[in-house]
Amino acid sequence: MKITVNGKEKSYSKPGVSVAELLSLEEVITPGMVTVQLNGKFLLQKQFADTQIEEGDKVEFLHFMEGGA
Amino acid sequence: MSGNRIIYLTENILGEIRKQANEELPDEACGYIIGEGSRACALYKMINADHSPRHFSFNPVEQFEALKVAREMRNELIAVYHSHPVTPPRMSEEDIRMANDTKVVYLIYSLEANEIKGFTVNREKLVREIPVEAVPDIENWNGV
Repeated sequence: MKITVNGKEKSYSKPGVSVAELLSLEEVITPGMVTVQLNGKFLLQKQFADTQIEEGDKVEFLHFMEGGA
Repeated sequence: MSGNRIIYLTENILGEIRKQANEELPDEACGYIIGEGSRACALYKMINADHSPRHFSFNPVEQFEALKVAREMRNELIAVYHSHPVTPPRMSEEDIRMANDTKVVYLIYSLEANEIKGFTVNREKLVREIPVEAVPDIENWNGV
């Protein structure tokens, strides 16, 4: 399965990877603190586990950014 | 993560960070650095959603607008910057706690010290200071 993750084309031998699994494969240590777009549409956190990624999909994720002095 | 990271910022980008930090006082200022690898080529100013002198956060929708600009430039979001109006250029406890992206460089500009420092944070929350080197302006610099 070929997909595009954060602008880079990637191949996964396992089909039907969920967004949650993909974040794990991408070594995201805090999946509860990222925002995900699948094919340009925002996903809710509760959709990560049940949303399957399909051939040709484009996934972008960004970490929450915050801090304090 | 490489232990030999460095980030190159143009004089224009450094100047824009200083200018934004002063203009947004008393609040913290923040934004992204767009570039490739270690080399910055543009700055994307973000709104501090907290409008606070001691805290900052990004709006996710605006984050994706920044990403879109970076993609259009065939570049990446290589660093995040924010200002410390009255504290040194170091990662605060809150900065470290909220630093969950192990691939990005965290830049902190202190108005108190008039100094910018760069850091990476690994998954064990180990903070590593990395060199920030000023380089001459490049022709295609693009402040966004």
